[in-house]
Amino acid sequence: MDIATSLDAAPDLAMRPTKISIRGVGKVFGDNVALEKVDLDLPENSFTCLLGPSGCGKSTLLNMIAGFLKPSSGQILVDGKEVTAPGADRGVVFQEYALFPWRTALDNVCFGPMLKGKSKSEQRAIAMKHLATVGLAGHEQKYPGNLSGGMKQRVAIARALANDPSVLLMDEPFGALDAQTREVLQEEMLRIWEQDRKTVVFVTHSISEAIFLADRIVVMGTRPGCVKEVVDPQLSHPRERTDADFIALERHLKHLVRAEVQKLGVH
Amino acid sequence: MSGWKKHLPGLAGALFSIAIFLGFWLFISYGNRFWFKWFNPILLPTPMEVLQAGVNSYRSGDLQRDIWASLSRVFQGFALASVAGVFLGVAVGTWKPLERLVEPMVEMLRPIPPLAFLPMMVLWFGIGELSKIAFITYAAFFPIFTTTLEGIKYVDPLLIRAASSLGASRMDMFRHVVLPAALPAIITGLRLGFGLSFFVIVAAEFIAADSGLGYLINDARTFFLVSQMLMGAAVIGIIGFFVNVGLRALEGRLLRWRVSVRA
Ligand SMILES: Nc1ncnc2c1ncn2[C@@H]1O[C@H](COP(=O)(O)OP(=O)(O)OP(=O)(O)O)[C@@H](O)[C@H]1O
Ligand SMILES: [Mg+2]
Repeated sequence: MDIATSLDAAPDLAMRPTKISIRGVGKVFGDNVALEKVDLDLPENSFTCLLGPSGCGKSTLLNMIAGFLKPSSGQILVDGKEVTAPGADRGVVFQEYALFPWRTALDNVCFGPMLKGKSKSEQRAIAMKHLATVGLAGHEQKYPGNLSGGMKQRVAIARALANDPSVLLMDEPFGALDAQTREVLQEEMLRIWEQDRKTVVFVTHSISEAIFLADRIVVMGTRPGCVKEVVDPQLSHPRERTDADFIALERHLKHLVRAEVQKLGVH
Repeated sequence: MSGWKKHLPGLAGALFSIAIFLGFWLFISYGNRFWFKWFNPILLPTPMEVLQAGVNSYRSGDLQRDIWASLSRVFQGFALASVAGVFLGVAVGTWKPLERLVEPMVEMLRPIPPLAFLPMMVLWFGIGELSKIAFITYAAFFPIFTTTLEGIKYVDPLLIRAASSLGASRMDMFRHVVLPAALPAIITGLRLGFGLSFFVIVAAEFIAADSGLGYLINDARTFFLVSQMLMGAAVIGIIGFFVNVGLRALEGRLLRWRVSVRA
C-alpha cells in the first residue's frame, strides 16, 4: 500500500471532528503538581505523540485518558463522553508489555474477544488474523516467557487491536527495544494505523520517533507538567530521517526539549 | 521420547549421594561394633538391620496398618485445611473489610507452634481420630491461607490495568486475572501445608495414638528396638519424598507456562 498517497487523501487535521478532548486537566499527587491545566483536542484518526523529558507527566496524561487515573481538575472527553473508568473503547499498550504470562500468545490476543462473549472459533479467527498482522504467524502457541521483547510487544499490540478499540493509547511501547527492532515496529505501527485508522496517542522520549510517526506532536514541559508547544508535521509518509525537513524539525524539537531538561537541572 | 535421559546424570548423582550416606552409616555402625567401640552397638544398627526390621514389620502387617493410619489422617486433615485455607485466603484477599478483621487474628495465632495446642486438642477431642485430624487441619491451614492471601493480594497491578482496558468486569477480573495469577502461590501454599501435615502427624502420634508411623516409632522406643525406630523414620522420609515428587509433577503440569520460562 502506498502510504504517502493515502495519507494525502485524508482531510487536514483541523477539519476532522474531535475524538479526544482534554479540558483544563490538572493532576496533583499529594503536594506534587504533576500536570497543570492541559488543554488539547485530538482529531479523529490522528496520530499524536506526547514528547517531553522524564517526569513531565506524559504517562499521567495517558493514564487519565485510559481511565486508570482521575484528573484532579478539568475533564477528559472521548466521543463527547467524560472518561470515568477504563473501557474496551480505549486499548492500551504498555512499555512493560503486560501480557498474561499463563496464556499463550494466541490466548492473550483472544482475551478481549473472549470477554465480549465471542465463540471459541471466532476468538481464534480474530486472534490469528491480528497475530499475522503484527508478523507473528507461527508463534501462536508460545508463552510470553518464550518470546523476545519485540515479539512480546507485537503480541501486546495485536491484543489491543483484536478488541477493535477506536482509541489506541501507547506508553513508550518501544522504549525497551533495541534500535533495529524499534524502527521495524515503528514502520509496522504506521502500516497498521494506516489500515485500521484509529486515534493513536503515543508517548515517547525519542524526538525522531515522534517525527517519524506523528501527525501531531505535543511537546510537554516540566515543573509543573504542561503543554509547551503543539507541532503538526506536514511531512509526507514514508518519512526519511535524513530529509532536510525532518532534520530541521528535529533540531527545533531538540531545542524545546533541552530547555525543559535544563530547567530540571537548575532546580 | 528422550525425556528421562535428560534426567539421567541427575539421577546418577542422587544415587551416588545416597550411596555415600549409606556407606558412611555402615562404616560407623560396623566400625563401632568391631573396632573402635565408642558406644553401645545397640544404639546404631546397620542399614541392613533397619531393612530387616521393615521386612518383619511388613510380614506381620503392622507396617501397612501404620502407614495407612498416618496417611488417612494426613489426607483428611490436609483436605479440610486446603478447602478452608484457599477459600478464606481468596475471600480475605478480595474483600478489604474482611482482611482488616481477620489479619490481626491470624498474625496473633501464627507464631504459636501448632504443637503447643496438641495437648489441648487431645483434651477437647479425645485420643481418637478427631483430635489428630483437627490438629493437622489447624497446622496446615496457616501456610495455605497466608500464601493464598499473598498471591491474591499481590497480583501485578499492570495486569489488572491491561485487563480492565480490554473491558474486564469485576467478575472477569477475578476469574481470568486474579485467580490464574495467584495459582502459583496457592500451589506453593498447598505444598507447604502438606509438608507440615506430615511433620505434625508424627508428633501427634507420639502423644496420643494406637496406630500410625509416629506410634510405631514411639512404641519401638518403649521396647528399645532401635532398628524399628530408624525404620519408621526411613518410611516417613520415603513417603514424603514420593508425595513431594508427585506434587511437583502436578505443579509442573498446572503451571506449564512457568516451566517453559525456565527451559
Ligand atoms: N502514583 C503516583 N504517585 C505520586 N506521584 C506520581 C505518581 N505517578 C506519577 N507521579 C509524579 O508525577 C510526575 C509525572 O510522572 P509521569 O510518570 O507522568 O512522568 P512521565 O512524563 O511519564 O515520565 P517518564 O518519561 O519518565 O515516564 C512525576 O513527578 C512523578 O513523580
Ligand atoms: Mg512515563
